[in-house]
Amino acid sequence: MAECTEESTMCDPRHALLLQSVQSGLPLVHRPYAELGQRIGMSETEVIGLLSEWVAAGIIKRIGVVVRHRSLGYDANAMVVWDVPDGRIGDVGRRMSAFDFVTLCYRRPRQGDAWPYNLFCMIHGKDRANVLAQIELLAASCDLTDVPRDVLFSRRCFKQRGARYAARALAAS
Amino acid sequence: MRFSTLQKCLLNDYQRDFPLTPCPYEDIADDLGVDEEAVLTTLKNMVDRRMVSRVGPVFAPNRVGVSTLAAMAVPDERLDEVAAFINTYPEVNHNYEREHRFNLWFVLTSANTSRLDDILRQIEATTGLPLMSLPLLDEYHIDLGFPLQWDES
Repeated sequence: MAECTEESTMCDPRHALLLQSVQSGLPLVHRPYAELGQRIGMSETEVIGLLSEWVAAGIIKRIGVVVRHRSLGYDANAMVVWDVPDGRIGDVGRRMSAFDFVTLCYRRPRQGDAWPYNLFCMIHGKDRANVLAQIELLAASCDLTDVPRDVLFSRRCFKQRGARYAARALAAS
Repeated sequence: MRFSTLQKCLLNDYQRDFPLTPCPYEDIADDLGVDEEAVLTTLKNMVDRRMVSRVGPVFAPNRVGVSTLAAMAVPDERLDEVAAFINTYPEVNHNYEREHRFNLWFVLTSANTSRLDDILRQIEATTGLPLMSLPLLDEYHIDLGFPLQWDES
């Protein structure tokens, strides 16, 4: 049996199989869903149906071309972290996300003095000075000029690929 | 870097709403007025050249498993070794060096919390370095892909 916990929505082993086979990408062939299905004993209609359900349920955020920012010239990649008062964080997070240069925006737990920041956003730019100007714009627009923040530009990328969610569940089956 | 019109279209306009139809590349080709072979060849070429990671779904975090963002302060002379060790876990999907005292940042994804915690403990034990785990609490941004700008002239 594939692992089925309340943390996982992939309780059906066949669903877990599809999840595992699709996360490295769709095959670049005439009928990609049919080919995926063939590998795991599912019909093309079932594959398309399940993926459509997952999109509708928000389990899949989007389907499409996943670009590698760095190789397209976006190598000024900043993780900006802020210490936002808890009562304001939802509002600030949503306002920040409205800027098109913000590609991710998350709340994460503070870790005492070692890490006082609770709001994380990501900016992918081509030019460091421009990214720093965008951060100033965010701070001014979201009333965060007095809030402690830090900017962590990326240096080397050791690994970047899609998540492998079902591997463990299947290994346990 | 110079891009062909077809490359630009595929990179910018197909990051979301990829057709869930039997012949999606043919449908895209029809939309763009090119033949399917051109779409497939261009996509394959961009994958080979590492401009595109893949064509496929992006899953929402914590809906089909659990994940966390982990950070470590690694002495510079050990960074390559520690990063390589962390990459040996298939559960690690992003791993970056960043300009900070906490200089190594990676994302771990697994089917359940106990496996995630096991890996975090193993990494701390093997490297002898403390690790900070920052699981996602709320997500504010809706991922619609990334608008690319073409500034070559």
